[in-house]
Amino acid sequence: MNYIVPQSELKIVGTRPVRPDGVDKVTGRATFGADMTLPGMIWGKVKRSPHAHARIVSIDASKALALPGVKAVVTAADFPEIANEEAFVGEGPMNFRDLSRNCMARDKALYEGHAVAAVAATSQAIADEAIELIDVRYEVLPHVIDVEAAMAPGAPVLHEDMFTTGVEPKPAKPSNIAKRVSFTKGDVAAGFAEADVIVEGRYTTQPVHQAYIEPHACVAAVSADGQAQIYSSTQGQFMVRAYSAKVLGWEIANLRSYPMEIGGGFGGKTVVYLEPLALLLAQKSGRPVKMMMTREDVFRASGPTSGAVIEVKIGAKRDGAIVAAREVLKYQAGAFAGSPIGPGCMCGLALYDLPNVEVIGYDVVSNRPKVAAYRAPGAPITSFAIESALDELACKLNIDPLALREMNGARDGTKTHYGVTHKDIGFLSVLEAARSHPHYKAPLQPGQGRGIACGFWFNIGGESSGAVHVNEDGSVSVVSGNPDIGGSRASMAMMAAEVLGVPMDQVRPIVGDTASIGFSFLTGGSRVTFATGMAVTQAAEKVVDQLKTRAAQIWDIPVDAVEWKDGKAWPAGLNAGAFEPLSVAQIALKAGRTGGPIGSEVSLNAQGAGAGFGCHICDVEVDKETGHVKILRYTAIQDVGKAIHPAYVEGQIQGGAAQGIGWALNEEYIYDKNGKLENAGFLDYRVPVASDLPLIEAVMVEVPNPRHPFGVRGVGEVPIVPPMAAVANAVRSATGLRMEHLPISPPKLRAAVDAEAKAG
Amino acid sequence: MSKHHVTTTINGEAVEFLCETQETLLDVLRNTLNLTGSKEGCASGDCGACTVIMDGKMVCSCLVLGVEAEGSSVTTVEGIADGETLHPVQRKFLEHAALQCGFCTPGFIVATKALLDANPNPTEEEARYWLAGNLCRCTGYDKIIRAVMDAAAEMRGEARAA
Ligand code: FES
Ligand code: FES
Repeated sequence: MNYIVPQSELKIVGTRPVRPDGVDKVTGRATFGADMTLPGMIWGKVKRSPHAHARIVSIDASKALALPGVKAVVTAADFPEIANEEAFVGEGPMNFRDLSRNCMARDKALYEGHAVAAVAATSQAIADEAIELIDVRYEVLPHVIDVEAAMAPGAPVLHEDMFTTGVEPKPAKPSNIAKRVSFTKGDVAAGFAEADVIVEGRYTTQPVHQAYIEPHACVAAVSADGQAQIYSSTQGQFMVRAYSAKVLGWEIANLRSYPMEIGGGFGGKTVVYLEPLALLLAQKSGRPVKMMMTREDVFRASGPTSGAVIEVKIGAKRDGAIVAAREVLKYQAGAFAGSPIGPGCMCGLALYDLPNVEVIGYDVVSNRPKVAAYRAPGAPITSFAIESALDELACKLNIDPLALREMNGARDGTKTHYGVTHKDIGFLSVLEAARSHPHYKAPLQPGQGRGIACGFWFNIGGESSGAVHVNEDGSVSVVSGNPDIGGSRASMAMMAAEVLGVPMDQVRPIVGDTASIGFSFLTGGSRVTFATGMAVTQAAEKVVDQLKTRAAQIWDIPVDAVEWKDGKAWPAGLNAGAFEPLSVAQIALKAGRTGGPIGSEVSLNAQGAGAGFGCHICDVEVDKETGHVKILRYTAIQDVGKAIHPAYVEGQIQGGAAQGIGWALNEEYIYDKNGKLENAGFLDYRVPVASDLPLIEAVMVEVPNPRHPFGVRGVGEVPIVPPMAAVANAVRSATGLRMEHLPISPPKLRAAVDAEAKAG
Repeated sequence: MSKHHVTTTINGEAVEFLCETQETLLDVLRNTLNLTGSKEGCASGDCGACTVIMDGKMVCSCLVLGVEAEGSSVTTVEGIADGETLHPVQRKFLEHAALQCGFCTPGFIVATKALLDANPNPTEEEARYWLAGNLCRCTGYDKIIRAVMDAAAEMRGEARAA
């Protein structure tokens, strides 16, 4: 069924109720990964490599094992060797050999912070002491941090078996370039020949961390017969189960994975780090084991997103019509292959209708922590370059930057350079909303500037399960297979309540563990409200069918003579008015006599996710003396499909924008010459705080996605795509300086001001 | 090494505990007293997830030693509501959807209460600077600030009515 109707016809969807899990979260009762304890529990800690690149010559744990209170030590020797095979999971490829070696270094430590051993002991203090007593001998190897240095001939090679894929013929020598990807459309050379104006630029971005406030944490327990439980803070309990089973060589059915509340993920909790270690320590020690990362561990050993170098060339006619675009992207993958180079190659130019395009991308390893997904993985990096270049183009042509995007913007039927044709997209509506927003016309003072930038993300669907059960008293339970990071329990309950026609507080949503609900791919890709929401909606519809059938039985009339309205069964047609309507509670009361429990679980593979587009408007004031950029006003406009709970949709947009502002202005990984991270803490890796930001206005444009019952599109990822260029373009407008390198931190801006003064 | 015996008041109740010298108040709250509402985001005083009120002052409990709690009075997030009745700050956080993952929320609730105890009528800028030691990575602070300002307004209103 389809509920894409005017808001006035919806009772619950589109309103802003208090979220069902809210009270526990404001009173401190909500149980996150690190809050879990089990009887007899002991503590696990990780020993990490102090070197950026080193061969592990030997590991001697005898002294640690002799320390009273130490119950187990594990190293790579305790894990099975995993074959080099690639599986595709959700947003990107996954190589389980690499995953295993990232959880626990084998043969070589590939970055500072790489796990080389783990211990379990009866107290945290003893575990810390034991870590010091493990004697690891290293042969330190030359290392490489920078992406272009890693690509250069003669660079230290991380993996002797890495031969660049995607080039013909196959290279004779191993290198740090894992793969080359390319996309072409039309003929770029011919396109550039036609251009009246060409802009070129070389842009760089730094790796930034998702910086969820909750460090990774889990508790594992294994019984003597091999049945195991893992409680963890994760974006996917099924992911934890599958990945841990794979890394340990265990059977999936023996592992039950419980999703705890999760304190932010943004893509960074879509993999495992501690879970396989905790499970193995629990098995070896015979005791439940709790493991938590410190904040330093989080920075050094869990995935940031790539830093990159991007070269862009765009050609246009004098009227602004773009005739050709060429982009070369070099993305850092960290120590193992797998940067988001694919989406990087696709997303930047996906917003525009371009006749001639060539995009080339490289996935490059170096001695840094392996990257993990971060909100719209790959897209913000490419869009920083493309949207900055478009701003340059608009300046050169003396065209309004919004007009340039309106003229070239993708619409239904636009074929992208990666072969997909856009359908039911709302980009032009977003641009229209930006143009008519008062912010776009508001006057600026001297020293202030305004920038705009746009962003795109595919959004995904995928495998999801949802269940709806009517309880004996007529209350309703909704079970989903996806951890709730930003209010998805609320949206699940709202969709179910809307379909059932009952009040929201009659519906209690929970997140099930891996044995309580069918398989669901993890919370990521902006997929949950779309895909899991589709499963829950269908399950609720099946429940309505059952309720109608039961009412028909109670009244002894044909089921097609029963209508469901306002949460009640009504006799319809010839029988209209013949019986009093029956509520869910009244039908539930008689469930035992009409066929048993009422409920339904739906598992599906949701197709037809609707792509999302955003346009951000940013005003800044630049202090040329100090190099400080102050964000004065920020408006983020986005096509959200249909906002189920508008407050949480706005929250996604505001939060993504704030992260993007941090990426633009402050955040970066800083290494010393030995390849050691110098700023592994919140003091020196500075994420935006409340006093850095203004209110962020989120403008929701609702262009429904016809392939979802309520018109939902994913919303969580698009908002982090535009900010870097929006800020850089605003700085350009305020100062005339084109900042091509992120972050636009005070020293960089000062240097640009000085360079200009010298040149001028 | 023998443990220290500490007598203190937490959320209005007399509490005794034993702790090692190096254990922080946050460790004691979470691991010894099972008050896991206070969170550890950094253990270095940089995120505010562990914020508690100690003798009327807002502190990061990860920077306070357990032994320092001797003879003091500590309020944690578990002590902000009055039984079943939420504190206006908690209610406004819910009404304004001022949390997504909720991990930073206990720290913000405690810090906001401390703010409004000290300054019932803060400007938006004052609120932003007071809360600058509390990191939230999910919300961009917009809805948090709105909730804080609304809670302040409501509490002032109640005070006038009383
Ligand atoms: S845990 Fe205390 S400030 Fe972060
Ligand atoms: S709500 Fe997640 S960190 Fe604030």
